[in-house]
Amino acid sequence: MEDIIATKYTARDFKSDQEVRWCPGCGDHAVLNAVQRALAELGIPKEKFAFISGIGCSSRFPYYMDTYGFHSIHGRASAIATGVKTANPDLSVWQITGDGDALAIGGNHFIHAIRRNIDINILLFNNQIYGLTKGQYSPTSGKGLVTKTSPFGTVEEPFSVGELVIGARGRFFARTVDANLALSTQIYIEAAKHKGTSVVEVLQNCVIFNDAIHDIVTAKDVRDDRTVILEHGKPMIFGKSKEKGLILEGLKLKVVNLGEKGITEANLLVHDAYESNPGIHYMLANMAYPEYPVALGVIRSVPGITYETAVAEQIEAVKSKSKVKCMDDLLMGGSTWLVQ
Amino acid sequence: MIKKSEIIEREEVVIRFSGDSGDGMQLTGTLFSDTAAQLGNDLSTFPDYPAEIRAPQGSVGGVSGFQVHMGHSEINMPGDFSDVLVAMNPAAIKANIRWVKEGGTIIYDKDNFTDKNIEKAGYEKDPIAEEKLDGLNIIDAPISSMVKEALKDMGLDPKSVIKTKNMFALGMVFWLFDRKLDFTEKYIDKKFSSKPEIANANKIVLRAGYYYAETIEALRPVFRILPAPISKGTYRNISGNAATAWGLMAAAEKAGLNIFIGSYPITPATGILEEFAAHKELGTISVQAEDEIAGICTALGASFAGKLAVTSTSGPGLALKSEAIGLAVMTELPIVIIDVQRGGPSTGLPTKTEQADLMQALYGRNGECPVVVLAASTPSDCFDYAYEAARIALEHMTPVILLTDSYLANGTEPWRIPSMKDLKEIKPRFADLKEIPFLPYKRDDEKLAREWAFPGMPGLEHRIGGLEKTAKGTVSYVPENHENMINIRAEKVERVANYIPDLPVIGDKSGDLLVVGWGGSYGYLLTAVRELNLEGYNVSLANFNYINPFPKNVREVFQSFKKILVCELNMGQFADFLRIKYQEFSYEQLNKVQGLPFTLAEIKDKCINLLEDK
Repeated sequence: MEDIIATKYTARDFKSDQEVRWCPGCGDHAVLNAVQRALAELGIPKEKFAFISGIGCSSRFPYYMDTYGFHSIHGRASAIATGVKTANPDLSVWQITGDGDALAIGGNHFIHAIRRNIDINILLFNNQIYGLTKGQYSPTSGKGLVTKTSPFGTVEEPFSVGELVIGARGRFFARTVDANLALSTQIYIEAAKHKGTSVVEVLQNCVIFNDAIHDIVTAKDVRDDRTVILEHGKPMIFGKSKEKGLILEGLKLKVVNLGEKGITEANLLVHDAYESNPGIHYMLANMAYPEYPVALGVIRSVPGITYETAVAEQIEAVKSKSKVKCMDDLLMGGSTWLVQ
Repeated sequence: MIKKSEIIEREEVVIRFSGDSGDGMQLTGTLFSDTAAQLGNDLSTFPDYPAEIRAPQGSVGGVSGFQVHMGHSEINMPGDFSDVLVAMNPAAIKANIRWVKEGGTIIYDKDNFTDKNIEKAGYEKDPIAEEKLDGLNIIDAPISSMVKEALKDMGLDPKSVIKTKNMFALGMVFWLFDRKLDFTEKYIDKKFSSKPEIANANKIVLRAGYYYAETIEALRPVFRILPAPISKGTYRNISGNAATAWGLMAAAEKAGLNIFIGSYPITPATGILEEFAAHKELGTISVQAEDEIAGICTALGASFAGKLAVTSTSGPGLALKSEAIGLAVMTELPIVIIDVQRGGPSTGLPTKTEQADLMQALYGRNGECPVVVLAASTPSDCFDYAYEAARIALEHMTPVILLTDSYLANGTEPWRIPSMKDLKEIKPRFADLKEIPFLPYKRDDEKLAREWAFPGMPGLEHRIGGLEKTAKGTVSYVPENHENMINIRAEKVERVANYIPDLPVIGDKSGDLLVVGWGGSYGYLLTAVRELNLEGYNVSLANFNYINPFPKNVREVFQSFKKILVCELNMGQFADFLRIKYQEFSYEQLNKVQGLPFTLAEIKDKCINLLEDK
């Protein structure tokens, strides 16, 4: 994306002529708005965006974007996006996926995209349920959740998205809440700017089949106390009156109250998203209510060589050394003989 | 070189090198066939190796073989029965003895016929006696001990010494066929350039084998195969897998596109991915994906992004790719899918050959999901049909499945190298940048193919996907629209028939019997039909390379024969497909599912039976 020129867009430029068909009240509407705002900010020519999705409610997303889009098959968007980006590193490639699409049927492609560090932006809409098939539990559903396929409660342990991303050697992980447009827009911009696989977990509400599942941490009256928004270089403070913070005690994170036992802001952990050692990022990504606030913002952002760059550089290196410049050279090279 | 007292000229000969999978038989066979090719023989080879990399030493399951069929005349198959069998251990006798011709020669390493090895191979005491090999010319050479003797002053460790014994066997066979050693000596020098003592040892042993064969009377007569009268040009040996990769790379260059392969290693198709990975100098992008599905999906992503997209696999992998092939059909993206068939079902016989994926290629997807299906018929024409597959995919905006098989993939033959300028033009259907708004499913009247716009083309932004849609690209659940789109996609594939050659008939254009085959059994069928013709039988051959759609003259060809015999290495899939497409004819069948090709006798006997049952 060397030619990031001053192309002026507004969010409206990214709206397609298709009628948006998600349920009224679905969190996806807000994500769509935030992504359109973010794209307008990036200054990348519109034709260079490609939105790739799999199957699920969120995967309808490309139809609503006036960009190149590919609504593919269940679970495979990471692999298709990998092909698009490797084929043309000049593109800005976005994968839109859900907890079922990315972590169940597409789990293998998801972890390998991250492992390769291909420069794609994965927005994972996590509503902890299968919506399009009308309400079955997903790999992120909390243990015990009663759904149509778990009428007596699930007996499965859920995945934590951040844990999986970091376990797959992920270099960028962020978390946001669907309805928080300002935070989401900022995070999508940062995900786009990060070179390498960026995974953004969006705590997204399914108004029909798992309504208010995130409310316990994201509802207006509790969110300040139950979430912490991490910003690189800033102390980890949260709470309605910014009265709480995080420190490291022994090998664990701990919530402390400022002013108690002589604790001041200077005692709090300062967020370093660029630290390559994933230890603290792992702990931050895994913080869960009620012991901890849930971390939002860019939790981890570590630059590294991207897959498509390495592939392209290797091709150039081989090309520059080889005497074979075209097919005829290859055909006639090596061990041949002439029949007169 | 030593003068041969008695030399017999032969039209053709089949030699099989056979030993433990660690004995270097593949290299021995390759060196022998390369020498034959340099001397102008036509030839066809086939390596036959176990699925295990190193099966238990001395076991029948661990026998690795390499067969060379060379001739003064045209050679179209690796041969079924061998004139000479080189057996490095008792298990090699056990595994191959049924494939030695009456009156043939067996050279074996008698030092390796220890009690233990004899027992491992399933013999009691004496394999030669137990197999009742009286009619054969048996040469019991003490290969291991002579190798040790030849190298005793070299100061090499025993392991390095014994590793050279394949060169001794090769030296013997070179003498037997009146061949010079210089090509192999040059090869040895190059291969071991950093280890001159090993190079030297190999050359000493090669000569020792040659002189040993010359010294013992038992080896007479010497066979001489004169050069074949093949057309002028520059030649090289090529395997089916390499030819497949090169055909696609040639198509990409011709079309002005970069090529992208997304694949997952699977026997016997892995060589294709390896070949692509080795040729980055031509801009080839190769992705070794995390699984078969990712193989095709990365390729499909690359196709969406404007590359010539390829994925290669074998039967089990094709099964895994089915859903993504359906997506390619629905989105009408060009992609070439290569299935190197092997014995199935399931894991089946991974290193053996079969033609049993035909129905999978034609029908193995959900919904009405037609694709173009081609099949290559010789190692070198894998180049031509891979090229054709790419041409059709790009010009008709459709997935194309190319069927090859284990025999073609690993077999080699001399190939007259084509010049790029002589290959057909390939014109991808790039969208016109001025045509805004771009309608992704707008078609031309002749081919019904859509146009190809990809990310990066300004103003042509559009969405495609697996859902049914209208011609404009809008998602649609309208019943009549679905039926209409199904018909259009089917008709698009049918119309490819307007852009492919007629089915050729080898032999008389009408007669008593038409032998019909498809893909890789061509060489065997051709050889059998030619022999039958020489014996006075009225038999012709039609071997299909274009399977869906069929060439337009099939009916015309079929109606000129009294009987039609469909020969294939499966239970009758092609015969059944013909019954669907051309119901007015009746089809006799010859089928075999042993992981092996037909033998000439099987084909000829069946033909003669049919001809005589008038």
